[in-house]
Amino acid sequence: MVVQIGDSVRRIEDPRLITGNGTYVDDVVLPGLLHLSIVRSPYAHAKITRIDVSAAVNIPGVVAAFTAADLADQLGSLPVGWIVEGTKLPDHPPLAIDTVRYVGDAVAVVVADDKAIAVDAAESVTVDYEQLPVVVGSEEAQKPDAPQLHAEAPENIAFEWEVNGGDWEAAAREAEVVVKQKIINQRLIPNAMETRGVVADYNPGSKQLTLWSSTQIPHLLRMLFSAVTGHPESRVRVIAPEVGGAFGSKLYIYAEEVITGIVAKQLGRPVKWIEGRQENYQATTHGRDHVTYAEIIGKRDGTILGLRCTVHANVGAYLSTFAPLIPTIYFGLMLAGQYKIRAIGCKTFGVFTNTTPVDAYRGAGRPEATYLVERMVDLFAQEIKRDPVAVRRKNMIGAFRRGHEVPTGVMYDTGNYKGTLNKALEMFDYRGFRKEQRAARREGRLLGVGFSCYVEISGAAPSAVAASLGAGAGLWESNTVRVHPTGSVTVYTGTSPHGQGHETSFAQIASAELGIDIDNIEVLHGDTDRQQFGTGTFGSRSIAVGGGALSLSLKKVLAKAKEIAAHQMGVSDSQVDFVNGNFVVEDIPERSMGFAEIAWEAYHAKDLPHGMEPGLEATSFFDPANFTWPFGCHIAVVEINQDTGDVKLIRYIGVDDVGNIINPMILAGMVHGGAAQGIGQALWETAVYSDDGQLITGSMLDYAVPNAKNLPSFELGHTVTPTRENPLGAKGAGETGTIAASPAVVNACVDALKHIGVTHIDMPVTSEKVWRLLDAAGKARPRRK
Amino acid sequence: MSYEITVSVNGTEYTDSVEPRLLLADYLRDTLGLTGTHIGCDTTSCGACTILLDGSSVKSCTLFAVQANGHSVTTVEGLAKDGELHPVQAAFHEEHGLQCGFCTPGMMISIAQLLDRNPNPTEAEIREGILGNLCRCTGYHNIVKAAQTAAQTAAGGS
Repeated sequence: MVVQIGDSVRRIEDPRLITGNGTYVDDVVLPGLLHLSIVRSPYAHAKITRIDVSAAVNIPGVVAAFTAADLADQLGSLPVGWIVEGTKLPDHPPLAIDTVRYVGDAVAVVVADDKAIAVDAAESVTVDYEQLPVVVGSEEAQKPDAPQLHAEAPENIAFEWEVNGGDWEAAAREAEVVVKQKIINQRLIPNAMETRGVVADYNPGSKQLTLWSSTQIPHLLRMLFSAVTGHPESRVRVIAPEVGGAFGSKLYIYAEEVITGIVAKQLGRPVKWIEGRQENYQATTHGRDHVTYAEIIGKRDGTILGLRCTVHANVGAYLSTFAPLIPTIYFGLMLAGQYKIRAIGCKTFGVFTNTTPVDAYRGAGRPEATYLVERMVDLFAQEIKRDPVAVRRKNMIGAFRRGHEVPTGVMYDTGNYKGTLNKALEMFDYRGFRKEQRAARREGRLLGVGFSCYVEISGAAPSAVAASLGAGAGLWESNTVRVHPTGSVTVYTGTSPHGQGHETSFAQIASAELGIDIDNIEVLHGDTDRQQFGTGTFGSRSIAVGGGALSLSLKKVLAKAKEIAAHQMGVSDSQVDFVNGNFVVEDIPERSMGFAEIAWEAYHAKDLPHGMEPGLEATSFFDPANFTWPFGCHIAVVEINQDTGDVKLIRYIGVDDVGNIINPMILAGMVHGGAAQGIGQALWETAVYSDDGQLITGSMLDYAVPNAKNLPSFELGHTVTPTRENPLGAKGAGETGTIAASPAVVNACVDALKHIGVTHIDMPVTSEKVWRLLDAAGKARPRRK
Repeated sequence: MSYEITVSVNGTEYTDSVEPRLLLADYLRDTLGLTGTHIGCDTTSCGACTILLDGSSVKSCTLFAVQANGHSVTTVEGLAKDGELHPVQAAFHEEHGLQCGFCTPGMMISIAQLLDRNPNPTEAEIREGILGNLCRCTGYHNIVKAAQTAAQTAAGGS
């Protein structure tokens, strides 16, 4: 079947996944496979005084044990891939050398014939520690007497970053209202359902090292692995098999990837490491963790004049690969939101603490920015006693199709913010709700509605711009379209999906463009030996950038095919049209050649235009001129139980504009899942450390991943404002839900409680917090009959 | 020390010598090579390893292989019959009930059992019925739809 862009094509990935035939990294089995287990620090900050692996290596079945000293010549420091000016770069050894800096820091590894023996043997490694003072909070870590993590980073400051746009002083002179608020954007644990894992296999003959890793970035990992270990990049093959979710947490080079690879090379046998869930909570990056002091200024008529903030962003014990990007570019530059705010300021401190490193987690900076903007707009509206929708509408940037620059210096591509607001309101009946809310309150039921109007930055790409902002690698995407002699097509994409359905949406684009049956198109990804180059999947870039690369390749293939068709039909190129998969001579419909026919001719090469090379394939690198800027309006309705403080999300409406839509079914799935994660942050999820640096929420029993009963069904809508930044007119769509949801839900909770004077509640809005507010309000709480 | 166990898995009898501490999930995956059953946590929280033991859904990470001795197990690999997808599998495809696919086998097994016990569940009953299975990708919306569609298919097909 030939499909079109915009069809809800059912996924090509599904048949293998619903029958148990997917191959995730833990399903990879090789002859002679060894199992690796990691000895991790139980202390958040300590000197290592002695490591003794002798008891472990004496256990039958144990093959070897290694410490940093044993592998020193092959284990370089883990690199940082995005460096803002002045970033401190202390060493990040894959295995701790003399100091551990967070609970879970890797100290030694044990390798055995059997998984259970490896785990047992790791318990037998003796490590003597001398404990050091610990700091876990970003503000505390900046105090002069705080424990210092790295000599290179005084006051634990990893980086300082600032943006100031517009004239704050002038705006302040005009302002009639100032609202200040401390806002905590709590630490989250990503919780991809599949933990991380690596299988490494070294071939001493070819000197090729193959790494199967549950990663979002096979090509970047190949490059970084080579940089850290000195093993030639050309002799590293990285395969990302089925990846069981990631949400940003598999977007880095991790210690275990390096260690497992080097140990396999050292032993000359394949080695597998599979992360346990409690291990995952300690060893895989966390997200968010901002303490922010924000200020919004404006006029009583609802005009917002300025927004500024100081952020203490916790980066954990070491800088993870993209850590400096998240609380700076992806946060500070996004603080205009959808509004004509005259002056914007942001000062960010990235701060080392004795905790698991923090990096991108779905949305990555943009949820923090949107939460800040949309919470502050609500606080402002509440202060001037105006309707939150009216205040948003009054300040909204008007529709634009040729760019709009905001004071932080970034240029939005296209937007129609009132369009998504209006559409969401159409689906909601705002006036009716307010009536119902008042009536409910008289009955002792607390209802609240929250709005979140967001704009986000997606499709991380323009390499030159990104480099000027600190990117250490190009952010283009690469693609090859190979037409086989018999007319079937293989699409090789450098994007690396982990649930996004690229095999379907990329095949859909190729089917529509080439006019051929989607069953004749195969999309391959996630293997550096198959796809020459690629950047990966993160930041909602795959369709916006990877789809752009695919479009370029398809155009090149079609242009060559057309040349061959024209030559063989004895007419000029301009006389040939491509219609429904056939090359047709203009005005003579009976003279035509099919796409498969041309494919055969391209390889048979018996009659090609003079000088043309045989074959029919094209490779492209697409590096767009700008990011894309999706936007939308989400509405949450909550009911609060005033006896228990329990918050129930009873309605969720999401209207998004992601430009042209490739596959509406897949898009809806992205928004559902994204919103669930944002709602999870708003109501339940939080990673908690004790003062001595133990992760209290250290297992799935203690960390609240939303379940089916927590969530409602979602009501979705969309408007379409195409971007001009890529050939598909499509914007990124993977993170909108997460970015939009948290402020919508928290605004709804505050709305439900504003009659008792509540103006802000930090996330997660747990029943305990709400009950305490209700209790403190005493008589303000409506009495039950 | 090893014990000999005989387990019927997806209709085939297997006899193996296993360590007493071997988890049923590891037995299915590593000994029998049935890797469709996934392991997503270590606290019986996520449900990715859910299988049917004598027709009842259980988390196979919470049983030892020896406890399955003499019993009958169905895994995701045994859901389809004679090349025909189980209605729950077909519905997951039709309703886009999966993204990364990692929780999917356990989720489908739970829903298959739910529909077995309650052929016409309400949305609330479906959500209650899959409380033991976590999904991080879908927000459960399309999983619930898939369960509803599977219920309709099963009703129409009988």
